[in-house]
Amino acid sequence: MKLKFLAATAAIALSSAAAQANTLVYCSEGSPEGFDPALFTAGTTFDASSHPIYNRLLEFETGTTNVIPGLAESVEAGDNGLEYTFKLRQGVKFHSNDEFTPTRDFNADDVIFSFMRQKDDSHPYNQVSGGTWEYFKGMGMPDLVESIEKVDDYTVKFTLSKPEAPFVANMAMDFASILSAEYADAMMEAGTPEKLNTAPIGTGPFSFLAYQKDAVIRYAQNADYWKDPADVENLIFAITPDASVRYQKLKAGECHIMPYPNPADIQAMQDDADINMMEQEGLNVGYLAYNTTMAPFDNPNVRKALNMAIDKNAIIDVVFQGSGQVAKNPIPPTMWGYNDAITDDAYDPEAAKAMLEAEGVSDLSMKVWAMPVQRPYNPNARRMAELIQADFAKVGVDVEIVSYEWGEYLSRSKDLDRDGAVLLGWTGDNGDPDNFLAVLLGCDGREASNRAQWCHEPFEDLILKAKQSTDQAERTKLYEDAQVIFKEQAPWATIAHSVVYMPMSNKVQGYKVHPLGGHIFYGVSVE
Amino acid sequence: MFGYFLTRLGMFIPTFLGVTLISFMFIRVLPGDPIIVMAGERGMSEERYQEMVEKLGFDKPVLEQYWDYLVGVLHGDLGESFVTKKPVWDEFFALFPATLELSICAMIFAVALGLPAGVIAAVNRGKFFDRALMSSALIGYSMPIFWWALLLIIVFSGNLGWTPVSGRIDLLYYFPSVTGFMLIDSLLSGQEGAFGSAVRHLILPTIVLGTIPLAVIARQTRSAMLEVLGEDYIRTARAKGLAPARINGLHALRNALIPVITVIGLSVGTLLAGAILTETIFSWPGIGKWMVDSIFRRDYPVVQGGLLMIAVIVMLVNLLVDVLYGVINPKIRRR
Repeated sequence: MKLKFLAATAAIALSSAAAQANTLVYCSEGSPEGFDPALFTAGTTFDASSHPIYNRLLEFETGTTNVIPGLAESVEAGDNGLEYTFKLRQGVKFHSNDEFTPTRDFNADDVIFSFMRQKDDSHPYNQVSGGTWEYFKGMGMPDLVESIEKVDDYTVKFTLSKPEAPFVANMAMDFASILSAEYADAMMEAGTPEKLNTAPIGTGPFSFLAYQKDAVIRYAQNADYWKDPADVENLIFAITPDASVRYQKLKAGECHIMPYPNPADIQAMQDDADINMMEQEGLNVGYLAYNTTMAPFDNPNVRKALNMAIDKNAIIDVVFQGSGQVAKNPIPPTMWGYNDAITDDAYDPEAAKAMLEAEGVSDLSMKVWAMPVQRPYNPNARRMAELIQADFAKVGVDVEIVSYEWGEYLSRSKDLDRDGAVLLGWTGDNGDPDNFLAVLLGCDGREASNRAQWCHEPFEDLILKAKQSTDQAERTKLYEDAQVIFKEQAPWATIAHSVVYMPMSNKVQGYKVHPLGGHIFYGVSVE
Repeated sequence: MFGYFLTRLGMFIPTFLGVTLISFMFIRVLPGDPIIVMAGERGMSEERYQEMVEKLGFDKPVLEQYWDYLVGVLHGDLGESFVTKKPVWDEFFALFPATLELSICAMIFAVALGLPAGVIAAVNRGKFFDRALMSSALIGYSMPIFWWALLLIIVFSGNLGWTPVSGRIDLLYYFPSVTGFMLIDSLLSGQEGAFGSAVRHLILPTIVLGTIPLAVIARQTRSAMLEVLGEDYIRTARAKGLAPARINGLHALRNALIPVITVIGLSVGTLLAGAILTETIFSWPGIGKWMVDSIFRRDYPVVQGGLLMIAVIVMLVNLLVDVLYGVINPKIRRR
């Protein structure tokens, strides 16, 4: 026992020396909930689990929302749009740890295991680690995926219950990470199935070494990675919840990269010659949703007039302190299908007032709901609501600002007879426009994620057609047309997309800001 | 003495039951449904919501939920976190040594500086030392922890580079956690420089967390000393010609210690409350931040389990303080 401890200490001391040589330290903003991505929904968890440790059948190309081959070399859609056949990559190795050394390469059994544990309630791993499979169920996968079949060791066929093109993008999402079925069997036999979540084994560019809760996560380069090995030998997440402290650590050289800087620090960071500041529009949208089932907000002209009364540039300056851009469409500009030809409603209080009068609306009083939490798409909803209140006062509309505890807010804002317009937003999951337009504005979303309670047949027809088509060019056209209808009908005032800033040391090379929000360190090196 | 101890221990049981009830009810009276908070903007279908309600046991009557919780607690089972799906007990003990280590250091810092400061101020009543020390104590007591911590980080870590910004040890040191106390583990690891690194990482958080208790202890010691110094027996001792150091250090301080020990006992609660902010700023992996995150996420088992454990610790410390009274002042244990 003593010998074993000494050996472990010696090995660790060696790795400490190596750590100095080629280590990337990332000051992360929080602790992961665990290391099995299918069990959780937080971006912080995915940064620590699905990106470094695992792969998926398909992947998002880092820095874009394009879907590229991952553990599957190719995917073929059947003519009816119901069958998807994945050809798997051969010779892919899983990591090993003290308790497990894989005896075989990745194959179809791992794919079947990774999905069936989420789909099948009677699967031995379905209830392990309190499995609620939030994302898999939230994306409607249990009903969508009718069956998963192993055609041979390196071919898997998914059969869907209805044609749904976004399925392909779903396969690149974090919940679709591929785990080792062999490791799962070994842990089940050892009576420790929860180790799938606490001592993860994947095929990704980094293997998991250790996690000290709320303090540090350590990874080592996977030398057997199926692509080129990662550029750094060691990856360390130094968990640092406070943004000012992350900045101080970056300045002191205690970490190389940090996410989510304080807006107030951004200018100083940009002026610092030792810091390289990368930025990109986030894949999100912040909006004000009217209740389109209630008068006078059931009239598109009234909604449009109110949209014209909002000074969005002032909101970007005051609420986002510059780290945002005005939104004119309900999807962000980094997403394919974005219709840049659309012109935003100009800020014109006089015209707005005249338009309201023309529609017979006078002495209007309304509520504006302000979220009690901070989100990238809305860093200060109360302040935003106050600015909107002042803007609406200029066109003769009296606004009362209301707010509730977050759970209550989410719950009450869904009510069909909700009084007033709600500030809310959305961050994309899979880079597919369907994930915004159908989820937030489709008829099925009423009394749920469609806070405008809006159901407009011409719009609905377009997004349903786009969902069922597997022709990317056709889908793009349909979504562009849908945005034109959205702009005419104005169920929301689209307010802003956030801008994501990523400060890093000048020594860091090769980092790409990922539009889906993840922080990915494969391909990143330190001088 | 033993009877006195048993009486104090007997009072522990109803307090413990009260605490289980309060910790159970506290999170439930806050508005906000944990399932809806978990689902976030995405929301969930009614069917899925019901499934989750059953899974988490919220479909049972509240009294039955409390009973299940109480039975669990008595069997040493505090439940599993909704968020990490891990036993609350395991999470608590993974994080608690860090909080304990920091709190002990902060308390040693506060007592080591606070007691002499209070005595010096009392002996020099009305003079420069007294005014300077008591003004400093007032400033220390009024200092917002968050601001104070950032100020120290910017000056000592950022500008001067004397101390690390945050964390418990330099990331290059990597060894298995044996006791959870970094000072001890770094010594056990045998790695050169590890202990020194752990000490350097402790300096700023210790000062920040210890500042308020230091101020309180200094002020309390001063006022207790002043009271005792006015007593007849001190005048007698002076008249006998005893050395001032012996009078102040032995006769006066021993009797002034009772209210000071009370304050130290009560400061444990303050330390744990202060640890929430201190731990967040210094990325210190303790229970403070863990509890706050859980309240925002409405992670019932963690909040109620964590509150219960903290309450038990505060109660145990105060039990110890009661026993110490008895040791210091025989009149108390004979009552």
